[in-house]
Amino acid sequence: MTDLAPPLSSQRLLAGTDHGQRLNYEQHRATHGDLLLPARKQVHQWRTTMLDQIATAGLTGRGGGGFPTARKLQSGVNGRRRPLMVINVMEGEPAAKKDSVLACFAPHLILDGAEVLATLTHAVSIAVAVARDNPAALHSLELALSERKAARHTPFDVALVAPPGRYVAGEESALAHWLDGARAVPTFRATKPSKLTIKSRPGVIDNAETSADLALIARRGPEWFRSGGLGDACGTTLATLSGNVEEPGVFEVPLGTPLRNVIALARPQGPILGALLGGYGGTFVGPAALDAPYSQSGLRPYGSSPGAGVIVAFDGSSCGVAETARIARWTANESAGQCGPCVFGLPALASELELLANGERVSGIQERILSHLEVINGRGACAHPDGVVRLVRSAFAVFANDFQAHAQGVRCPRAGAPSVLALPENSGEIEWK
Amino acid sequence: MEVRLRVDPVACDGFGHCAELAPELISLDEWGYPIILGESIPKQFRGVAEMAVNQCPRKALFLERVATPTTTPTTR
Ligand code: SF4
Ligand code: SF4
Repeated sequence: MTDLAPPLSSQRLLAGTDHGQRLNYEQHRATHGDLLLPARKQVHQWRTTMLDQIATAGLTGRGGGGFPTARKLQSGVNGRRRPLMVINVMEGEPAAKKDSVLACFAPHLILDGAEVLATLTHAVSIAVAVARDNPAALHSLELALSERKAARHTPFDVALVAPPGRYVAGEESALAHWLDGARAVPTFRATKPSKLTIKSRPGVIDNAETSADLALIARRGPEWFRSGGLGDACGTTLATLSGNVEEPGVFEVPLGTPLRNVIALARPQGPILGALLGGYGGTFVGPAALDAPYSQSGLRPYGSSPGAGVIVAFDGSSCGVAETARIARWTANESAGQCGPCVFGLPALASELELLANGERVSGIQERILSHLEVINGRGACAHPDGVVRLVRSAFAVFANDFQAHAQGVRCPRAGAPSVLALPENSGEIEWK
Repeated sequence: MEVRLRVDPVACDGFGHCAELAPELISLDEWGYPIILGESIPKQFRGVAEMAVNQCPRKALFLERVATPTTTPTTR
């Protein structure tokens, strides 16, 4: 996560960051203008207007869930106790770099958004959570906070905090848990979406890119924000492109851009056959989806969504079964080790996929995989296992021929082909505190 | 009012006591963790369900009201 290539396209969120330019507080204000927070007397009126504007802007959470931000905030605003505002820069998805890019190059946009959110929710303070193993983002945000202090701009208490950098540690109940002094593992919540509690206060958690979007909406209004997207999609978004491309990196694109054109920004090495979208708990899509608009509604017919903005483009040079097995094993190792169906189910699933990928003829293996998907789905405390199930199911559909050939024991012509996936080592020593 | 069984998978120990008490409502996966059968509890099994809930050693099993009465469409 340290060697970040500078973002290559820049329009709104990434304005002024061309050539790897980090915007300090002064440059940030010169680029975006000042953020005007309401005077005490106007706060009430401002909140109502702002919530309306966020709804009109059509902003949806950019952390993966894609839930309408205005609706989510409504519950945070109406609480009786003043909440703690948390900005989630954890970015546990190994193939995602967009929140890190924002933090490294446009940190003040995230912090401005945090102030908008804290004003909206009447928060007592703000915590900005960055994974411990992301020193570049931590450093840039730390510097940004001191730049704001030097400019005497400190309307809120802001704490920069660094939870362990695990895949599920950025899940919101895990983050709340850790901020509460416990381990960064998800907690079981009987009803979802549920209220989060941090230090006996309500916790409101929003993603870094969502926060940055709010910083822009507060300045320029909802119509301007909407106009960043194409068709019925609202605003721009940050996509992290990797896979069989020449120039992997983070690109800001209008939501609703045809997926093919988004991938083209990273200069594909050859004809692209499909992509992994969302993250390692996301979905594979095949050639038909390449002409779909890159947006929630555009990808829905393909059972997919932009999720956390991950796009791994593939040209068919590696084996779909082997890639699926790799992700299954990696995600199995990232289980927080709490729930039986996740702890036992994911490794079992990974082993079966590995057998199939290695071309071992085990009768009934496909059926066993399918039945394990059935058994695992929906039975963890968090959505981690469900994400794996979704991913494997999509792989079955998109790589149907590969799976078929492997099941029939046909020698895989791409056995041993290099993987297109960025899969870091699972942190050997389990660190959750 | 329809009710159903739920499991807190973090608390559950996977010894499968509940499935022994209420085999009509709970089966076990191959690792011994409970799988809740059906969308809601048929009237005649309410008592059994309550017993299973009360006897769960980890208090992992609980009853929950089904928000919208789920009439699962069955094709016959
Ligand atoms: S489902 Fe898996 S990752 Fe989620 S809390 Fe349970 S054990 Fe942890
Ligand atoms: S009795 Fe309770 S702890 Fe035991 S398997 Fe059932 S739900 Fe889990």
